[in-house]
Amino acid sequence: MIALLIRDLRLAVRAGGGFGLGLAFFLIVVVLVPFGVGPEREILTRIAPGILWVAALLAALLSLDRIFALDHEDGSLALLATSPLPLEGAALMKALAHWLTTGLPLTLAAPALGFLLHLAPEAYGYLFLSLALGTPALSMIGTFGAALTVGIKRGGLLMSLLVLPLYVPTLIFGAEAVRRGAEGLATAVPLTMLAGITAGAFALLPFASAAALRVNLR
Amino acid sequence: MSIWEYANPKKFMATTTPVIPWVSWASFGLILVGLGWGLFLTPAAENFEHSVKILFVHVPSVLMAINAWFMMLVTSLIWLVRRHHVSALAARAAAPIGAVMTLIGLATGAIWGQPTWGTWWAWEPRLTSFLILFLFYLGYIALWSAIEDQDTAADLTSVLCIVGSVFAVLSRYAAIFWGQGLHQSATFSADKETNIDPSFWWPAVLSMGGFVLFFIALVLIRTNALIRLRRAMALEARANRGAS
Repeated sequence: MIALLIRDLRLAVRAGGGFGLGLAFFLIVVVLVPFGVGPEREILTRIAPGILWVAALLAALLSLDRIFALDHEDGSLALLATSPLPLEGAALMKALAHWLTTGLPLTLAAPALGFLLHLAPEAYGYLFLSLALGTPALSMIGTFGAALTVGIKRGGLLMSLLVLPLYVPTLIFGAEAVRRGAEGLATAVPLTMLAGITAGAFALLPFASAAALRVNLR
Repeated sequence: MSIWEYANPKKFMATTTPVIPWVSWASFGLILVGLGWGLFLTPAAENFEHSVKILFVHVPSVLMAINAWFMMLVTSLIWLVRRHHVSALAARAAAPIGAVMTLIGLATGAIWGQPTWGTWWAWEPRLTSFLILFLFYLGYIALWSAIEDQDTAADLTSVLCIVGSVFAVLSRYAAIFWGQGLHQSATFSADKETNIDPSFWWPAVLSMGGFVLFFIALVLIRTNALIRLRRAMALEARANRGAS
């Protein structure tokens, strides 16, 4: 399992792996928003939590089809399926690798981008915390979506349609936690719900992803 | 004699074909009586005036929109466990109907909301979770049509349906975080004595029953059509193989 994780991380970091692409996309979305809604400080402060979360979500979505597509093309996915490692474990590791290459950088970069949007000073900690708790769920749900659509040519658009409704609860609780943090309200409930979604996704979705992969490899 | 005998497509078609006209006419009659009674013979409610009468379409369609997904969940599970093709096809048949019911629910809700709340749409829990349910239906239908191999498609959509149900329920509770909304809570299932005037109760029940039968009739018709389509595809494949 560890070997698979390290292999995926290496592939992602090396040339053509697309590492940092999600991060650049995150930056460009956040930069575009002030052009769209105007540079007024109050408006930006109010919408910053939602914008940052939506941008992070889209950036995570962007790199999802890389999770299985390349492995499916060159046959290493079939190799994984026949290896002693259960496919559930492989799906889990794939999700973890995706998080380490997109979710974690997004989480680390988000406070810096908060400055651009005049995020309320009290909200930075909550932004970091909510992204740290929520982005693993995004990666795991996305892995499930990628596993469903791995056999379909040009399945990227279909995958967005399947995955985005599944992202809704994560987005709501994540943005809500930051918003409440910015207003100085209690944030325990959305944060625990967010952690619950992540824990539940990691407990259940590897099985669903592996089932989908087995069907697609049949 | 067990219920699984109806998993045989031939038996299923032979049994349901004579039933379909009965169910269709019964649903037609119930909807006619329910809506006729509801629209023309009930008094206008206080606070709502005559706009209240859209409830005779709104409530049944919303009821079916949610229960169609439950039915798809059950048939998907049957497909995954027992590999009965009819079950998978029934889930496929129900999806577009559920999507349309969701759309009707959203549309009638908007038409009702305009005069009573003064807005077509509000981002509040019930409306939002319903919109998300609609997106789930769209994704499900899109996945069915994107995959050529029918068994693969049935497997993948079944898995999606199960995962989708969890997240649909979750979205419902997540949406509550957007603040308490305008929509009243489930008036019909809870304390009906206090909330509903008896003059509204019977026509509403009749039209709900009519919508349930309508849904059953449509699912049966579509399932039969899908079985025939599957057969036609098999015959065509066989013919092509013979020719080449």
